[in-house]
Amino acid sequence: MSKPRFKTSYDADIDRFQGSWHRAQYLILILLALLAPWLLGSYYVGELSSVLVWSMAGMGVMLLVGHTGQVSLGHAAFMAIGAFVHLALMLRGWHFVPALMVATLASGVSGALLARPILRLSGIYLAIATLALGILVEDLAIVAEPVTGGVRGLVAPPIELFGMTIDRHGTPVAFYYLCLALVVLVTLAYANLLRSPTGRAFIAVRDSEISARALGVNVIRTKTLAFALSCAITGLAGALYAHLVQAVNFESFLVIISIALLLQVIVGGLGSIHGAFFGAVVIVVLPQGIAIGRDVLADVGIRVAAFPGLDMAVFALIIIVLMVLEPRGLYGVWLRVRTWFELFPLYRKGLFRRARSYLKTERLK
Amino acid sequence: MDTIQLLISGIANGCIYGLIALGFVLIYKASESVNFAQGDMMILGAFLAIALINANQADLPFLLGLAIAGASLGLFAYLLDALLLRRVFGQPQLTMVVLTIALGFVLRFVIGAIWGHDPVGLETPIAGQRLSAGGLTIPVIDAVIIATTVVLVAVLWLFFARTRLGLAMQASSQNQMAAYYMGIPVKRVVSLVWAMSGVVAAIAGVLFAAKGAVEPSAGLVFGIKAFAAAVIGGLGSLPGALAGGLLIGIMEPFAARHLPSHVAQVSPYALMLLVLILRPSGLFAQVRQKKV
Repeated sequence: MSKPRFKTSYDADIDRFQGSWHRAQYLILILLALLAPWLLGSYYVGELSSVLVWSMAGMGVMLLVGHTGQVSLGHAAFMAIGAFVHLALMLRGWHFVPALMVATLASGVSGALLARPILRLSGIYLAIATLALGILVEDLAIVAEPVTGGVRGLVAPPIELFGMTIDRHGTPVAFYYLCLALVVLVTLAYANLLRSPTGRAFIAVRDSEISARALGVNVIRTKTLAFALSCAITGLAGALYAHLVQAVNFESFLVIISIALLLQVIVGGLGSIHGAFFGAVVIVVLPQGIAIGRDVLADVGIRVAAFPGLDMAVFALIIIVLMVLEPRGLYGVWLRVRTWFELFPLYRKGLFRRARSYLKTERLK
Repeated sequence: MDTIQLLISGIANGCIYGLIALGFVLIYKASESVNFAQGDMMILGAFLAIALINANQADLPFLLGLAIAGASLGLFAYLLDALLLRRVFGQPQLTMVVLTIALGFVLRFVIGAIWGHDPVGLETPIAGQRLSAGGLTIPVIDAVIIATTVVLVAVLWLFFARTRLGLAMQASSQNQMAAYYMGIPVKRVVSLVWAMSGVVAAIAGVLFAAKGAVEPSAGLVFGIKAFAAAVIGGLGSLPGALAGGLLIGIMEPFAARHLPSHVAQVSPYALMLLVLILRPSGLFAQVRQKKV
């Protein structure tokens, strides 16, 4: 593993890849992702598409929560906006691509409009306000019947693209490639954003609003932009999600989905793009793992009653353990393991210890 | 007459919201974070009381069962803080929020796995009794709920204003480091606040189960609604929590009667959003603009 220890040019600081091995790793990853349909059965290709869609949604949340430090408990609302606008346009005869673009734009713009009043709040209050937003959208999805199809919802039509008909069940491989292409595009854009002044401003706002302002960052504008971009990505994910599950109604975007999305990026690891992907893998693999585990136990002769909500409870337990032991989530675990190998045998235990902060309230009594 | 009837029932409901909101406020006062599992703790209290009191379960005398349920939930909350939550002490607020959300999921699952998912009611000596006065008939339980809430809020208010422990709690909630320097055992004080909120949750759960029926999944909805109450009142203010709860409790039946059902359903959240946008620190604000 050759890592450049010394930087020989100023550009090295903002290079996307640190050295050729780093780049090779990602090339291998892309290659594996491209070869996946030949390596896996069609069922698992479907699951992989699902991982990609949740990764995309996770990236939307990550941009806001992980990189700008604004907590949202209502992002399923923007998935809903993306999904409903996209399907409503497609059902009215629009082509897939413009419908997707308008849906992304619509969720981004609605995010920007909502951001102004909401982002005056911070911390827990912001979380609560977005939670309320998520709940309101559940009912709005029923009321806005012309767009959302009311209680019955909408059914996703097949996608016509490059002379092909792409359908999640008919042509799972084509759908997988579609998701992969979009996810790679968004990931590249996201990674580039973080290298730009805008992305740096996001991180500055996350780390300290006061210092960011002192450095000339327009905090309100930055937060609004982050909210809008985050909502746009989430809306795009929502539109893809609609094709993934084929039919959406108000129940597809309950507030519990918003909570799961937040938990997903936290399990993955806040403040890293990797985290969004790790979290999505956990979200998709966990229910499968539990089902498989139950089958295995049943084969041995132990019958586990099908408790409703078991997968969510196991997921929650994982969160609790992670929060206590490694607050930076799976990405933090990965970072530790990697560092252990890179520094072997010089790794020290307290290498990743975080500074604690003690509470000083702004309340008067 | 109808309106007054609706009002009283709304007040009783509002008192229950207010009690859960009190739990939120207690935790917020102690650690400036929000316990998203408060609704589920309430449901846990309700099911504990049902398991202890109902005739087809342990069949204990009503008050004894009540005391045991309250005490055990208080102990549960104390241990929860001492063993688990204390470990994330000093980390960002979000950690605590996420931890309690996850705890809520686990609690909800455990309650469902033990007691099933059917709605159950609590058998009380006063079930079905009504007070009639001047053409009004009020269920006794509503009167009991209102009285309990008023007494509880008064006791808590006195506790925070007058006792040494109450003052210690306020001090450690305002500045942990300074309180520690003054010789206050901050960690234990925070655990005690959790215990108090556990007891309050148990009381709210018992009253809720006595008035209607509880089911495990009610915790989330009730938690969020009570949360709305706490926010409307201003997190951190005990009378505010009660006022917020009452406001939501009273608004709900009237909204259900006069507005289309979709609008009525979301009215508490819409109100909360409005309050947050117009008066971000709640009706009983306790926050000043941060000074650098």
